[in-house]
Amino acid sequence: MIAQTVGLPEIIIVIIYLMLIGYLGWLGYRRTRTATDYLVAGRKVHPFVMAMSYGATFISTSAIVGFGGVAGLFGMSLLWLTFLNIFVGIFIAFVFLGGPTRKMGHHLDAHTFPELLGRRYQSKFVQIFSGVIIFLFIPLYAAAVLIGGCEFIAAQFGIEYIVALLVFSVLIAAYVVVGGLKGVMYTDALQGTIMFVGMIILLIWTYITVGGVVGGHQSLTDLAGLVPGKLKAMGHQGWTSTPKFGWGSHGYDLWWIVISTIAMGVGIGVLAQPQLIVRFMTVKSRKELNRAMLIGGVFILIMTGVAFTVGSLSNVFFAQKGQPFTGRVIKTIDADKNQCVLQLMKKNDGGQWVDIKDKKVPVVLDSDKPYTGESVPIGAKDVPIAQGRSISIVYAKGNAGQIIPTYITSAMPKWFSLLFLLVLLAAAMSTLSSQFHAVGTSIGRDVYEQVTGRHGRSIGITRIGILIGIIMAVSISAYARESTMIARATAIFFGLCASAFLPAFVGGLFFKRITKAGAIASMIVGFGATAFWLLFVKAQEASAIGLVQKFAGGKSSILADSPNWPVVDPILIALPLSILTVIIVSLMTKPSSKEHLADCFRK
Amino acid sequence: MLGIDDFYVLLAYLLCLLSAVLCVIYGLVTWNRGEEAVQEEDVRWVEGEKKVEEEL
Repeated sequence: MIAQTVGLPEIIIVIIYLMLIGYLGWLGYRRTRTATDYLVAGRKVHPFVMAMSYGATFISTSAIVGFGGVAGLFGMSLLWLTFLNIFVGIFIAFVFLGGPTRKMGHHLDAHTFPELLGRRYQSKFVQIFSGVIIFLFIPLYAAAVLIGGCEFIAAQFGIEYIVALLVFSVLIAAYVVVGGLKGVMYTDALQGTIMFVGMIILLIWTYITVGGVVGGHQSLTDLAGLVPGKLKAMGHQGWTSTPKFGWGSHGYDLWWIVISTIAMGVGIGVLAQPQLIVRFMTVKSRKELNRAMLIGGVFILIMTGVAFTVGSLSNVFFAQKGQPFTGRVIKTIDADKNQCVLQLMKKNDGGQWVDIKDKKVPVVLDSDKPYTGESVPIGAKDVPIAQGRSISIVYAKGNAGQIIPTYITSAMPKWFSLLFLLVLLAAAMSTLSSQFHAVGTSIGRDVYEQVTGRHGRSIGITRIGILIGIIMAVSISAYARESTMIARATAIFFGLCASAFLPAFVGGLFFKRITKAGAIASMIVGFGATAFWLLFVKAQEASAIGLVQKFAGGKSSILADSPNWPVVDPILIALPLSILTVIIVSLMTKPSSKEHLADCFRK
Repeated sequence: MLGIDDFYVLLAYLLCLLSAVLCVIYGLVTWNRGEEAVQEEDVRWVEGEKKVEEEL
C-alpha cells in the first residue's frame, strides 16, 4: 500500500541511500574511523570531511524547511541569521572557541559539554544542572527537526502528516539503533555532501525560474503590495525590505520577531550548542579547524542562505506560475502591477459562481487573461470573474512549514523532489544523531553517574534516556505542529542554551577569575530568566503553555498592554542578566585553586 | 542594487557572501598553521571517548 502511495522509485532510492549510510557506518565501526581514531592514529582527516561533518550536524531540516518557510513569510531580512550563522557560528566559533575548547576538554578529560563545565568549575551541580537542561530541552529542538522532515514527506507524497511522522520516526530509530550515534565521520560527510549538492541545484534552478538574480529580486520587491493585512499591521513592508523598526507599537512587532528571536536568538545561541561544542574536542589540532573553516563558511552559506533566499523567492514563483485562483475583485492594491484582493469563488452544483466563505487572497491578475470571460451578478451589477496568482503562504494553506515543501513539489522537477527527500533525510539524521547522542550522555554520564557516583555503569540509563528523548520529540512533533513551530522550537532551545551556558562556557574558557559560584549563579539566572520570559511575557509561548492567563486575567502576557515586549525574545533579557551575574558574583567570590586553574589553562 | 532596494536587506545579502569569503581566505591563509603534536592526555581522552561511545 505504501508503495502505491509513495511510488516504487522513491522507496528504492531511499532504501539504497539507507543501505549506503548503513554500509559506511559499518565500515566506520569495523575500521573504527570515528573522529577520535583519527586523532590518535595520527592520520589526517581530510578538511572536506571535517567541515561537511560539522556542517551536517549544524544544519538540519529545521533550518531548511522551518526557517526557509519563515523566510517565505517574512522575507529576505532573515538573511541576517545566515550572516550570524557564518560569522558567529563558523568564524568566531572556529577561530576563538574551537582550539581552547579542545585543549581544556583534553586537559580535564571531559567528554560531554556538561562535564567540561562541571570539571572547569569543580562542581557536580554544574554538570548535573546542565545535563538536566540538555536532556529536557533537546527533544524540543529534535521535534523541530522531525517536523521539518515530515512536512516535506507529507507534501511530497500526499500522505497524512501523522503517517509521515510515523515513517520518519521509524527510519530515525532504525538509524540510531544501527549505530548512527557513533559519529562516524564519513557518514556525516556523505550526508553533508548530499545536502550541499541538493541546495546548490535548488538555488540555481530557482534563480533561473524567477528571472535571474537581479530580475528575481526585483520581481520580489514588486510584490510588496501583496503582503497580507495582518502582517502589514506588524510592520511587514515586503519580502526584500526590513520590517518597520521602532518601539511601543504593534506596528514594530515583526522587526522584534525577525531580529531578536530569529537572528539573535538562533544566531548567537549556536555558540552554546552542546552537540556542536563536543565536536571541537574530537579534532586533532587547530590546523584541522583552520582548514575546515574554508569549506564550513561556504557550506552554511549554501544551506541557510539558499533556504532563506529560495523561501523568499518562492513568492515570485507562485505569483507568476502558481495555480490560478478565481473570484471577484473586492479591492485594487496597485492597478499598474495588476495587484488586487480577490474574494475567492467557485461554481456550485448548479453551475453558478458563489463566494467561498472567508477566503480573500491578494493576487497578481493573470497577465494574459485577467478575466475568465464569465461574470456574476452582485446587486444591480455584473461583476467579472477574475483570475490571478498569490503568494507562498496562501499556497501553503497558512502553514509556513509547508512553504518549502509546496514550492519543491510545484516548481522543481520530479527527480529533484527525490534528491531533496535525501537532502532532508541527511539533514535530519545527521543532526538528530548528535542530538540523541547529547541526550544519552547527559542523562547517563552527567546526571545518573554524578548523582549516584556509579561511574561507567550507566549503559542502561543512557539507552532508556535516548528512548525517552525520542518519544518526547515524536510526541511534540505530533501535537505541536503549527505554522511557525519549527522556527520557534529551535529558537527556544538555542536561546535557552545561550542564556544558561554561554557566559559560564566562554568565561570558563578564557578567564581564570570566573568562579564556581559565578558560573552556578549565571546558569540559574540565565535559565530562570528564560523560563520566566517564556512562561509569562513572550505571548506566543506563554499563551500556549497557559500559565500566564491565570496571573494576567486571561491575557497572553503580563506585558500584553505594553506593545513589543510580548514579542521580544528571552535572549535579549536573559543573556545580559546571565553575563552580569557571572561577572558580579565572580568578583565577589574566591576563584578556584591555583593548581586547578594551572591544570585547566596549561598550554 | 541587485534588485533589492532596502539597504539593510542588501547589506545582509552582501555580508553573507563576504563572511563566506572571509572563511575561505582565513582557511587558505592558515592552511598549514596550528599543527599540534598528540600528547599523552590526548590518547587518554580518546580511550575515554571510546568508552562513552560504547555506552551508546
